[in-house]
Amino acid sequence: MTFPQRFDLIVLGAGPAGGRAALTAAAAGLTVILIDEQSAAGGQVWRKPRAERVPARTDGQHGEGLRAALDASDVTLALGRRVWSVTEGFRVDSLGPEGSMSCVADHLIVATGAHERVIPFPGWTMPGVMGLAAATILLKSESRLPGKRVVVAGRGPLMAQVAAGILAKGGRVVAVVDQMRLTGWLGALPALATQPRLLAQGGGWMGRVLASRTPWLFNHRVVEARGADRVSEIVVTSASGDRRALSCDALVIGDGLVPGTEVPRLLSARMWFDRLHGGWIPELTADFETSVPGLFCVGDGAGIRGALQAGTSGELAALAVARQLGRKTEPARLARLRRAFARASCFSDAVAAMLSGQTADVARIGPDTIVCRCEDVSRSEIDAAMAEGIRDINQIKHVTRCGMGPCQGRMCGDTVQELVALGSRRSREEVGAWTGRPPLRPVPLGDLVGSFDYGDIPVPEPAPL
Amino acid sequence: MQETDTSIELVLDGQPIRVSAHGSVAGALLEAGVAWLRSSPRAHGPRGAFCFMGVCQECAIVIDGRRQQACLVTPRAGMTIERGGVR
Repeated sequence: MTFPQRFDLIVLGAGPAGGRAALTAAAAGLTVILIDEQSAAGGQVWRKPRAERVPARTDGQHGEGLRAALDASDVTLALGRRVWSVTEGFRVDSLGPEGSMSCVADHLIVATGAHERVIPFPGWTMPGVMGLAAATILLKSESRLPGKRVVVAGRGPLMAQVAAGILAKGGRVVAVVDQMRLTGWLGALPALATQPRLLAQGGGWMGRVLASRTPWLFNHRVVEARGADRVSEIVVTSASGDRRALSCDALVIGDGLVPGTEVPRLLSARMWFDRLHGGWIPELTADFETSVPGLFCVGDGAGIRGALQAGTSGELAALAVARQLGRKTEPARLARLRRAFARASCFSDAVAAMLSGQTADVARIGPDTIVCRCEDVSRSEIDAAMAEGIRDINQIKHVTRCGMGPCQGRMCGDTVQELVALGSRRSREEVGAWTGRPPLRPVPLGDLVGSFDYGDIPVPEPAPL
Repeated sequence: MQETDTSIELVLDGQPIRVSAHGSVAGALLEAGVAWLRSSPRAHGPRGAFCFMGVCQECAIVIDGRRQQACLVTPRAGMTIERGGVR
């Protein structure tokens, strides 16, 4: 075990938000360490593409730019490290290939991004069923197809990106099963048009999918995935109840994004429920500081707003940290960043609305459907616990074990909270969220402790009698 | 870093299997037609990689004798992979 290293600032997450925050702080003369679980910076949206096979793309170039800037900066990069504990003060413990590491700083910027929301349906646990974000990782970072015959389903622009990506690699998309109506997309157009470059990109994906004569089933949803050891068929239904089966060997599906808020919850920052921006998020000042002094949250982990605003929020938070540490920041720069952030909201809120959690989707979950994948807990077991009078969200977890498995409730948390709100006729605010607990991620105890001899254990001198 | 299309041999449940060497173990196995990675501990249902970003833990299997997430590990020649052995 090494002594904790002290920095002016620790940044968790090396995506667009955390990367910009670290670069900004280092440029202001602060000592910064940037920690991420992935082996390259860029986060999920600017994930490092596989060399050679993937042609340079606009968003890949942003990622390349960030990685090059970080390599050239004074930022201490700690990549491929899994953070398992964050405590007040702030102390961050992580585990990497070279063992465990602790660092401390008075300021902490959390940029841990988001994870996917998939509303449970029968068969969603079947191999070959995966998230939309998972499919983008396979396509972009590994240059691999999710399957030979893929159904793309869910909500939002990621469907178009994934379907176009599969076609571009020569794969086959059986159909796009879109929960939204065509009128829903058209209604969002004026707001999306405020970012013409992003609209053109999304429109390009959608256009290429439609031009390939891939069926795009608007106002349809997946009701079941069937198969033995791998999905072989899915059943979709239209809003009017017309069902049909589609043969496939992969289903990629996503119902939006949930902010990753484990760290602010663990540190007891005040949270609020913001359905539009993904659910429970920390209360923030204009500088993205939480109710815990010195703790900042930026990027999608502070509310789903996308990569455009993630970078701006990271820069604003880093400048606030620099100011608190006595560095001068230009007021004109702050004003420009705040304006940029506000201007981008029109677009990002329109996309966030497509990606926000829908109560009706959760209400439809059948009694036998598995809600918690880790512990195989069905909806009927959660309903039964509520029928016994249990209303507290943490008690529901203790009684049913849902959310107690290795994913630590990340996959089912939002759904279970919605189910408890529905079942007890309370608001999501009243129901609340599961208490954050360490370890933040599962870590092997042996790796944590390291190897040592009994002689290495410090034994205090016995107290004199 | 030089990345190539070399195909390598892994040992999957005691049987040799050829995969391409890049990306993650989970991605390489999926490409080789292997989607099933383990059974769920309670209902013993079939499971495979789901999030591919290290969050869901569905692909946590025994790789080279240690429980690891197959989506976060790079495949290497001779690597031993045991599916379904994790509770």
